[in-house]
Amino acid sequence: MLEISKKFGHQVALDSVELSVKPGTVHALLGENGAGKTTLLRIAFGMIQPDSGAIRIRGHEAKLTSPADAIGRRIGMVHQHYALVPSMSVAENVALGGKGRYRSDRTAELVRAVGDRTGLRLEPDRIVSTLTSADRQKLEIIRALAHDVSILILDEPATVLSEADARDLFIQLRVFAGNGGSVVLITHKLRDAMKHADEVTVLRRGQRVLNASVSHLTEASVTAAMLGRPVARAVTRGRDRPATTLEPAIVLKDAVISSTGGVDSLSAINLEIRRGEIIGIAALDGAARSLLRTIAGRTMAVSGSVSIPATVGFVPENRQEDAILPDASLFDNIALKNSGQRKGLLDWHHIRQLTMNVVHQFDVRTDDPGQPVSTLSGGNQQRFVLGRELQGDPAAIVLENPTQGLDVQAAADIHHRLRTASDSGCTVVFYSSDLDEIAELSHRVLVVNNRKLLSVEPERHAIGRALLGVEAGTDAIGPTASGVETRVNSSDRAANSADPRHQSADQHQ
Amino acid sequence: MPTRVINQQINTNDVGGMIEYVLLGDALVRATPLILAGLAVAIAFRAGVLNIGAEGQLLVGAAASAAVSVSAAAIGIAVIPLALVAGAFAGALWAGIAAELRRRFHVLEIISTIMLNFIALHMVSFMVRGPLQEPSRIYPQTESLPLAAQLPIIAPGTRLHLGFLIAIAIACVLAWVFRSTAAGFRIRAVGSSRSAAATAGMINVDRTTYRVFLISGSLAGLAGAVEVSGVTFALYENISPGYGYTAIAVALIAGLSPARVIASGIFFGILETGAGALQRDFGIPSSTALVTEALLILLAIGLASIRGRATHPFAGR
Repeated sequence: MLEISKKFGHQVALDSVELSVKPGTVHALLGENGAGKTTLLRIAFGMIQPDSGAIRIRGHEAKLTSPADAIGRRIGMVHQHYALVPSMSVAENVALGGKGRYRSDRTAELVRAVGDRTGLRLEPDRIVSTLTSADRQKLEIIRALAHDVSILILDEPATVLSEADARDLFIQLRVFAGNGGSVVLITHKLRDAMKHADEVTVLRRGQRVLNASVSHLTEASVTAAMLGRPVARAVTRGRDRPATTLEPAIVLKDAVISSTGGVDSLSAINLEIRRGEIIGIAALDGAARSLLRTIAGRTMAVSGSVSIPATVGFVPENRQEDAILPDASLFDNIALKNSGQRKGLLDWHHIRQLTMNVVHQFDVRTDDPGQPVSTLSGGNQQRFVLGRELQGDPAAIVLENPTQGLDVQAAADIHHRLRTASDSGCTVVFYSSDLDEIAELSHRVLVVNNRKLLSVEPERHAIGRALLGVEAGTDAIGPTASGVETRVNSSDRAANSADPRHQSADQHQ
Repeated sequence: MPTRVINQQINTNDVGGMIEYVLLGDALVRATPLILAGLAVAIAFRAGVLNIGAEGQLLVGAAASAAVSVSAAAIGIAVIPLALVAGAFAGALWAGIAAELRRRFHVLEIISTIMLNFIALHMVSFMVRGPLQEPSRIYPQTESLPLAAQLPIIAPGTRLHLGFLIAIAIACVLAWVFRSTAAGFRIRAVGSSRSAAATAGMINVDRTTYRVFLISGSLAGLAGAVEVSGVTFALYENISPGYGYTAIAVALIAGLSPARVIASGIFFGILETGAGALQRDFGIPSSTALVTEALLILLAIGLASIRGRATHPFAGR
């Protein structure tokens, strides 16, 4: 991509940006929120047109006016927010957007073929709404691969994945690149980029500020390029635990927690969390969901006793669905909190004031709080929700993946605010799929494993081991490496056998 | 059409101004059930309840109020509020069937309410041929309401009755409820996002939905009661020329805003009354009004999709 420029209104999103991706490599595109990463790759996928600049694919100038164009040129994209139809099956979602007749047996075969080739296995008949976040992400990637792409673009693929799933994903991307494909990866996670990419491009405010091979870079230099200034790390690590004499804020006794899905059922939980403690919960994808919601007072335990404070803030993982009314204004979204308990008239004057407090204290950047909250960027929305839930000094706050999809600076800011809340006596309970985040922020760590809660020291490897089960201490390298081996082999086979299908796919186009 | 059975004879030799005055009155009379049923649809849609059974709820309300008016005529003027309440109650009951079906068996209300429309229609047929038929047993209708059970006329020389003011008042109250009260906010929040309302707002979504369903039904039932007590003064088949369906258009064109339902209800009232006059005086088929209505609905839907959120629970604030 050469000299790509794009303006939205009078805001310059991209200013003569170049991006060149070599075949057989994994290329990480880094940058803060709003740096223009997603815009650039949407242009590469034909979703939006650049104001100026050109795209060259395999030496030929290409004009991409729609995603169909891009797919025709063997570019595939995996979106940040799932673009899936929940009521349809895996196979049907893969076939979506294709031409001609839908044949379930063929598509199912295609899904299995992709699974054999890459190790991304999903049952083609499963209905998407029954899939976990990780599986949905998998499905997105399968869908992109099913079109036999040579350039694969992924927008934040690892944010919703558990550690193990993310590792699998990167292995599969490596295999894909090993077969001559190109991978472009948007990510906030610097560590992922440094570990899994060959080359890094950093955007800042619509400009390319860095492009180099990973071997020439250090984390610090990339961070500096992303931020343009050193990261404002929290001064204290907040490890000084609150005195054990403090009274407990949350007590669970023999609590049995269950949900209809069943993956997040827990038996006989005994738990005492004191005031001002920060508790990090590590769990496989979705396994802590009901526990968190029980602590947050959003669901009831099946049996046993649960004692929680009267006011518990809750910042759910799925912000768009569970935390905000996207089409409603910031005022309305502030009014939403506790609206189930309110009686009589709403004090809009007070609500406006609260809104302005949240906007100012939590640095929510908006021109007009009367605008729908969906007009805010992701980081601003998250700060807004956190600010709302911390208003009125709640006795406790529960968070799911509090910094998911946020850049380094925004994440550090959220951490700082949680520590501040903890210092003033608010109990913080959070789940994160990022073990580093848990290790860094928590006073105490709980790991959900095999329907039990284990208490673990806030140390990364200890958490990781507990998460994998006790005997997993030795697994770190051996099996993974051999896993790569076998996958390469099977994908070779699949690549050969996939040829006739590839031709028929071309005929469809 | 028996709609004109009790119609006062209009002296068409009067000056044009007089005719316009009377016609305007007629239009507002026509608008009254449209406003009430339109409010029923608007409040339901705002909460994400797709109640398209306003027609059936209206018919049941009409039947209940007619029954009360005829049988309790002895108590004099007090029968009017009693009849109106009975109509609202019956409408709520009818909507309650669909609400209960949704709550217990997850039956889509869009199906159940439309089914209940037909049941209501045939129930009215049965009533006016059976238990509620007038004493002479000739016509398939109830006996005429005694004068004490009729809603008073508020504009002399027209048929405009108190029901119109009731409709306006309810619209204003609903607008205020949506804007200023916690309950109204809950309705909007549930309509905007059920999961966010439950998780972030800790709103009992099912209970809110259920209540809205009943309120919606009671408003439609009241529309039927007002029509019987204020216009037809008897119950018969075809008492509603599809008010409950037109109400959906009224609500949508008003962007589900109660205040604007008044305006769009009056507009549809004028349109439909005018169509009758055009046919009588100029031979223009009255179905042109239906065509116009349909075009308007398409236009409204088209505009809504362009603006993206015109029919959204948080639009129009």
